[in-house]
Amino acid sequence: MEKTFTCVVCPIGCELTVNYDENDIIDEKISVHGNSCPRGEKYAKTELIHPERTLTSIVKCDSSTLSMLPVKTSSPIPKEKLFEAMKLINTITAKAPIKQGDILYKNFVVDGVDLVACRSVKV
Amino acid sequence: MTENIKIAIIGGGPAGLAAALGAYKQGVSENDILIIERDSCLGGILNQCIHAGFGLHRFGEELTGPEYAERFIKQVEDTKIGYVTDAMVLSMTKEKEITYISPSKGLVHLKAEAVILAMGCRERTRGALNIPGSRPAGIFSAGTAQRFVNIEGYLPGKEVVILGSGDIGLIMARRMTLEGAKVKAVCELMPYSSGLARNIAQCLDDFDIPLKLSHTVVDIHGKDRLTGVTIAKVGSDLKPIKGTEEMIECDTLLLSVGLIPENEASKGAEIEFDKITSGAVVDNFRQTSVNGIFACGNVLHVHDLVDFVSAESELAGRSAAKYVTDRIKSCNKSITKPTGGVRYIVPQRYIPETVDEKTEFFFRVGKNYRNVYLKVFCDGKEIMKKKLLRAAPGEMEHITFKGQALDAVRISKELEITIDEEV
Repeated sequence: MEKTFTCVVCPIGCELTVNYDENDIIDEKISVHGNSCPRGEKYAKTELIHPERTLTSIVKCDSSTLSMLPVKTSSPIPKEKLFEAMKLINTITAKAPIKQGDILYKNFVVDGVDLVACRSVKV
Repeated sequence: MTENIKIAIIGGGPAGLAAALGAYKQGVSENDILIIERDSCLGGILNQCIHAGFGLHRFGEELTGPEYAERFIKQVEDTKIGYVTDAMVLSMTKEKEITYISPSKGLVHLKAEAVILAMGCRERTRGALNIPGSRPAGIFSAGTAQRFVNIEGYLPGKEVVILGSGDIGLIMARRMTLEGAKVKAVCELMPYSSGLARNIAQCLDDFDIPLKLSHTVVDIHGKDRLTGVTIAKVGSDLKPIKGTEEMIECDTLLLSVGLIPENEASKGAEIEFDKITSGAVVDNFRQTSVNGIFACGNVLHVHDLVDFVSAESELAGRSAAKYVTDRIKSCNKSITKPTGGVRYIVPQRYIPETVDEKTEFFFRVGKNYRNVYLKVFCDGKEIMKKKLLRAAPGEMEHITFKGQALDAVRISKELEITIDEEV
């Protein structure tokens, strides 16, 4: 089987062609063409087996200077869990002071992924 | 109140921050630099660009807008470079006198030795498109909606149509969807999207949002609040085709239809402008036609990537530092000439003997090209020919020179960059 993906890893956006055995989709039996870097190959394989996305959003911020705090997942989460993740995000309030990189929620949606602050807030 | 400063920088976004650091690293004291920012904090538009995709060129990693901004803000704060927030520049003159107001300082007349313009750009509005119809609430520029959602925490609507498939429009389609709105369509006048392929994949395809190429909005409905828009297919002349109209019910229309450098404050300084970029005409030091006034970032020409804004602004900052210590003198400038599908070149002027291997000439083409030649001429003589596999209006290109080509540029009066389609 053959599938094509647009790589979303960087702004170049390579057109990736993936060839695989549909009865036995394992890493070793997938070949990727059209990528200009190793990250593209990794992306294509993940996209075929189990698509993932890094989620960026905002959470409420208890601060006198900022009402919403930008946040992101520390690594990509399964694509089908994006809306579940948004529901959880809407229940979180961060309290100043906050440093960029602070973990706001451990094991966010999946084990080993954290929700982290993208901006520092002093007060 | 009257103040004096060596280098005044108008705008505390990515351009202003990098310009300040460029001047500081060139040896200007932190007390001799002042950044004037109209928002309540530094960082500019990056603060509302909460998506990832910034810094790949500069830092080799993918950062969100606020993370990218904070790397520069931290350096400005650590070096104690001066800045004032909530400060709005009302006017400036060619004598480099700036008038600004702020709640903390009142009305201030600032006399600067050098000024760096770093005000960024503004979005085109409905008025610029002449869309007919009523004038209800619910029509926003994509950037305004982005600010409402990401900074203020308000969702401006629930059923959305987006006109324009530039990156901001695509990013907002995903953002509104994640926050619970239904994005019914993204319409694009041109037969192709000017946005990045990866944004079409991860912002539209991921959420099954239809992209309607060669479509535009021809009518707007609703009295108090938008109730719908009529879209239509356009022909190769970009005019709507009769009989293809289709009504889409929605309460919100987002416009992502282009950016314009925000040069209102620069006009008082009588600098020369480029009609294509709507920014200042500058030389390879990013000095404008008025000695001591420099321009960088999106106020000079609209960039695709903030990484290039930072690099250009550091150059403007270093140049302003050299100017105040009297190391750039006024001298004869040569001109760059865009022809044959090249829409503009920045810089528009250059001091030939100062061009070196690192001097970059940026340009944009007017349409999509595949397998064409980029040719460079100095005073009419071809000095460089390079194959371009593809070139698109949405992607800024840049070239540098070395060896014999560089020698030719260093004595030239005119540098012409052109696209040759006959391969």
